[in-house]
Amino acid sequence: MNTTSIMVVGVGGQGTLLASKILGNVLVAKGCDVKLSEVHGMSQRGGSVVTYVKFGEKVYSPVIEIGEADYILSFEALEAARWVSYLKKGGKLITNTQKTYPMPVITGAMAYPEDIIGKLSAKVDVIALDALELALQAGSPKAVNLVLIGVLSAMTDIPEDAWINAIENTVPPKFLEMNKKAFALGRSYRQ
Amino acid sequence: MEGDGIIMQKLMLGNEAVARGLYEAGCRFVSSYPGTPSTEITEFVAKYDEVYAEWAPNEKVAMEAALGASIGGARSFCAMKHVGLNVAADPLFTASYTGVNAGMVIAVADDPGMHSSQNEQDSRHYAQAAKLPMLEPADSTECLAFTKLAFSLSETFDTPVILRTCTRVAHSQNLVTLSDRANDEIKPYEKNPAKYVMAPANAIGRHVVVEKRMSALAEYAETCEINRAEYGDNRLGFITSGTCYQYVREVFPQASVLKLGMVNPLPDRLIREFADKVEMLYVVEELDPILETHVRAMGISLAGGKDKFGLLGELSQRKLRQAMGLSVPEAVSFEEPVPPRPPVMCAGCPHRGLFYVLKKLKLTVCGDIGCYTLGSAQPLCAIDTTICMGASVSGIHGFTMARGEEATKSTVAVIGDSTFMHSGITGLVNIAYNGSNATVIVLDNSITGMTGHQQNPSTGLTLKNQPAPAIRIEDICRAAGIQRVRVVDPQDMAAMEQAVQEELAAHQPSVIISRRPCAMLKCVKPKPALSVNPNLCRGCKKCMKLGCPAIVFENGRARIDETLCVGCGLCPQMCAFGAIGREDA
Repeated sequence: MNTTSIMVVGVGGQGTLLASKILGNVLVAKGCDVKLSEVHGMSQRGGSVVTYVKFGEKVYSPVIEIGEADYILSFEALEAARWVSYLKKGGKLITNTQKTYPMPVITGAMAYPEDIIGKLSAKVDVIALDALELALQAGSPKAVNLVLIGVLSAMTDIPEDAWINAIENTVPPKFLEMNKKAFALGRSYRQ
Repeated sequence: MEGDGIIMQKLMLGNEAVARGLYEAGCRFVSSYPGTPSTEITEFVAKYDEVYAEWAPNEKVAMEAALGASIGGARSFCAMKHVGLNVAADPLFTASYTGVNAGMVIAVADDPGMHSSQNEQDSRHYAQAAKLPMLEPADSTECLAFTKLAFSLSETFDTPVILRTCTRVAHSQNLVTLSDRANDEIKPYEKNPAKYVMAPANAIGRHVVVEKRMSALAEYAETCEINRAEYGDNRLGFITSGTCYQYVREVFPQASVLKLGMVNPLPDRLIREFADKVEMLYVVEELDPILETHVRAMGISLAGGKDKFGLLGELSQRKLRQAMGLSVPEAVSFEEPVPPRPPVMCAGCPHRGLFYVLKKLKLTVCGDIGCYTLGSAQPLCAIDTTICMGASVSGIHGFTMARGEEATKSTVAVIGDSTFMHSGITGLVNIAYNGSNATVIVLDNSITGMTGHQQNPSTGLTLKNQPAPAIRIEDICRAAGIQRVRVVDPQDMAAMEQAVQEELAAHQPSVIISRRPCAMLKCVKPKPALSVNPNLCRGCKKCMKLGCPAIVFENGRARIDETLCVGCGLCPQMCAFGAIGREDA
């Protein structure tokens, strides 16, 4: 079993850590060797954040490098553009179409690139969706992470029960129903 | 869930695994100061009722408290980031002389690549300089195992033991097997001045003990399980440790590897035996050439070390491949400039209003370490210096003394509440004692922000969330000899501007406490989002000068992102046209 690499990228505060935690729990239950790597501290203050999830028979390095990711799960369009070079040849990019302007765009020092999704689609296999819209349908803008996990789940051979179990073991009971709904909306999403 | 022997497996952060190791080793006393990437060790260990755990005001206090607990007979521990070990270096060097009663372990987390630090110093130098054993785990499994081993080494060799991690070990997770807690009985304390009173006559004797201990530890290092030669294809050999071992194994699964779990002292015979067996020998380590210098000093020739892998930042499997002349995976690129996304002060951050005022007044600002270091970023750009914890308060004294009266009217120091408690107080005493007319602003958001909301002496809560006396910053300032002390809410920018101007004009040192809780605290309830009335907005961009991530400019008008806005009310103070308000108002 080769190592599979998933990158979860987004903006600090979007819930990328929770998404990778759910992934980690699903993969452990599957019996894989799993490594998760994340960076805490300063970058969490609205900066660009990245989490690495790797699994297989034996995983050594906890980090994913350029050209190594089988999947990139992006919570924001610009972050998809930033990290696309980490995608492996033949890898899949799943991205939220939501835009959050970084400070250099807010101050007018730089422009937010036009038609990011179109440009990325010309180069790599992209699934783009308005995850914020689906999260709002589920009941909270904070459920973007579960929507995206749902989309990813549909591409794996891991049964739905295993995902639901991992969500139940990770998400606080108070938000469980809303998160399960967001997951289901993501899982049934078709482009 | 709990039973005899092995109880369960869990996906754990390296830091959580260290905490579990503390629990299983029967550690009873933990004192730390938060610092990325070490913080979660202490947060996780605080969840075990059996372990007393606290936040100390700084790392020196934490280490001295841990040493006190060890002498008192309890297995003890302190954790800090690499720069925190600088603060604790004083007790570190003499704790090496006293040794321990019950085991004592010091965790230090380095940050190669500076994900969240002001430098990337290599803590292994301290182990060499203070003559202490240092263990370096390579993943969470080893974090747990090495923590337990460190306590037994500490007691066997009568020494504090340093556990060194780095960001990629501290903040990576893998599956860890848990066991029960060991015996945690208190050892008897016996008065022993020759061992614990480090006056010259006794210390001279203890230095002899230190050198003997290092020899004994070097002998132990030759055969201990955590220093492991993994022989494979002997044409290629690597000496490595910690997270670098993972990169070596990922790129060269067949090569021979000498994995060192103990990085001080080093096992000479084991290294020579390994070097003799392999054809091409490389040393792979991040930051400084600690292993390499030792190996070269033994007269062993290397095919590569720092000349190939460099002194800067983190390594990775890709960097290793490139340095070794191997091909690297192809990659697509976006082919257009991607605007960077640096960390920013959060929407609703109480520091924003203050920094806007400081920028508006065009002041020189001596900065410090914390969330408010972000006041140096665009568009506020309000900070002139950032060095280390407390250097704002000590630094402004030197700066204004050097430059004279004009400087005292245009210079302030900014320091957070936790940083002030950590090492701002002594600088303030110096200002009062030596009479510089400095103006210090304490940014009191009642929590340690940047590291993720840790309690501190001004919070009113302990690490375990028990009520504690909230030490009043204004009382400390007055006791330090500062007569002009005032508290201002930074949300009222006009009041803040007036206070700053008055204190700069005053002919004596002063402290302004800029007080408002961190907007991210659970107890601070966000207000409804504000919005811009597009019919009133003239597109002047004055509100954008605050650098709030919730305000964007589109189609010639400002717009507020309602998913980010917490309704703090700062931007309406900027708008001359009354265009910003609440929708329901």
